[in-house]
Amino acid sequence: MNSTSVARTARAIALGALGIVLLGVIWEVYKLLGPAAGFELFGVQLLPRTSDVAMPHLWDMLARALAPANTSAASQPVWLAVALACLSSLGTAAMGLLVGAVVGFGLALVMLRLRVAESAILPWLVLSQTVPLIALAPVIVSWGGRVQIGEFEWQRWMSVAVIASYLAFFPVAVGALRGLQSPLVAQQELMHSFAAGWWKTLLHLRLPASVPYLIPALRLGAASAIIGTVVAEVSTGAKGGIGRLIIEYAQSGSSDPAKAWSPIAGAVLMGLAAAGIVALVALTLGRFRRNEVTA
Amino acid sequence: MSPASGVKAVEVTGVTKTFPTKAGLVTALDDVALSVAPGEFVSLIGPSGCGKSTLLRLIADLDTPTAGSITVFGKSARQARLDQDYGIAFQTAGLLPWRSVTANIELPLQLHGAERAQRRDRVAELIELVGLSEFAGSYPEQLSGGMQQRVAIARALAERPELLLMDEPFGALDEMTRERMQSELVRICGETGAAVIFVTHSIPEAVFLSDRVVVMSPRPGRIREVVEVRLGDARGEALREEAAFFTSVTDVREALHGTPGAPAARGVESR
Ligand SMILES: Nc1ncnc2c1ncn2[C@@H]1O[C@H](COP(=O)(O)OP(=O)(O)O)[C@@H](O)[C@H]1O
Ligand SMILES: [Mg+2]
Repeated sequence: MNSTSVARTARAIALGALGIVLLGVIWEVYKLLGPAAGFELFGVQLLPRTSDVAMPHLWDMLARALAPANTSAASQPVWLAVALACLSSLGTAAMGLLVGAVVGFGLALVMLRLRVAESAILPWLVLSQTVPLIALAPVIVSWGGRVQIGEFEWQRWMSVAVIASYLAFFPVAVGALRGLQSPLVAQQELMHSFAAGWWKTLLHLRLPASVPYLIPALRLGAASAIIGTVVAEVSTGAKGGIGRLIIEYAQSGSSDPAKAWSPIAGAVLMGLAAAGIVALVALTLGRFRRNEVTA
Repeated sequence: MSPASGVKAVEVTGVTKTFPTKAGLVTALDDVALSVAPGEFVSLIGPSGCGKSTLLRLIADLDTPTAGSITVFGKSARQARLDQDYGIAFQTAGLLPWRSVTANIELPLQLHGAERAQRRDRVAELIELVGLSEFAGSYPEQLSGGMQQRVAIARALAERPELLLMDEPFGALDEMTRERMQSELVRICGETGAAVIFVTHSIPEAVFLSDRVVVMSPRPGRIREVVEVRLGDARGEALREEAAFFTSVTDVREALHGTPGAPAARGVESR
């Protein structure tokens, strides 16, 4: 871990925060200056209405987030309900990313080892990502429902994690393959001259060389896992996650418009948290991210 | 680990190497024979494309000859590679950027399962030998080209090989660094007693370093002449100014051009 990569990470965090602030400012400025009825062209709504129902003030959203979620006496405040749901979804997404990363890396190793496998597998990987998630979700849920091994019973959140991993494995597989193939012929020949076999070359040359490719791949994979988790929660009706909460709160509709924005903000923060975790992992690998040297 | 007497460090007999290319068959080497005695320093010199690198790669078992045979210390090139009988260094140092100087030199020892304590001692020796003690913890990107090349040489020496194969290791260095590295190499070879096959484009470099200079010609790659350089073992900087040195330079130059008294070897030294 060196100081330049720490500085780079700090800068990324600052820029991210600035982006959020800027988004808030644009929101309020548009609400203040935009046309009340929005803007329609040939019956297509191009700009949103600025009414309090369509676009509540930021401070109203914040106030709503701090208030109890519903009228019952035991009700949690909205922000806490959202935070707990985010944590649950983050856990599911992390599981999905873990599975996806392992599968993706495994596929990359197979493609590295067998040239034929690369041309045989890669098109299928690309194809797999074009299957709509909405179509996939019920299939996986119904398969999961049939899994029962002794005490173990398939849970709904596991289906969600599988769907998340289905999205997450792809960038990892592609990034890992590129990284593992990145060592120069001269470096490979050096390992050969040391009489190092395939596994030793993998461990001492290809793996470390793949790190600069793996980190952006993991970042993409993490984002995919989060999107996959939220979408899968919505489409499978899994309870406890942020996806469910987004639907639930949106149903309060026009009577409580500010409430619906809390889980959306929560989902955004969750994505940022995931990116932050990957960045932290990357920090510990700074040594492997040096540029190639040329004599 | 001294080789049995009479066994050559390298014995190349009747080696031909052709590469199939889109433009047809390229004959990189045609019926080449060369033998190098243990402890002997032999340079390969010749214009670009005459097969110097190819010959070195065949000896290193990075490629196999189309015809002919190569033995290294009496074994096949492949066995010699598996036994780590040679160390190799290329024009680009080829250091692993994520490893420190120490860890780069340590790599072959680590790959061959040497014990940690042993490794540490050997690496300390080697760093001392190439004069980089202050930079043991530095990373390649923090080193100059000359220093990187020294690390590569130390790495090549890690397994105490009886043979060093070097392909234009100083080709990318400036003239001053280059002359200093040549003196270092002479000293290191004196201390280790290894035989060396050294590819170069530079006539003075070949003469300064070598016991014999093998002059090659291109299309197809052949050995044109072998020039004996007898400058003795004490090769100080002063040697570069001695008459015997210039005589040998002239010998090599004439061998390169095929005609005695030919004009200065333009286009050879400059490459
Ligand atoms: N892998 C290869 N494929 C095709 N041709 C090659 C290959 N390696 C070398 N050659 C050809 O063999 C000849 C000798 O090359 P090389 O040994 O690199 O020459 P040198 O090192 O003396 O400059 C050249 O004509 C080169 O184009
Ligand atoms: Mg060459």
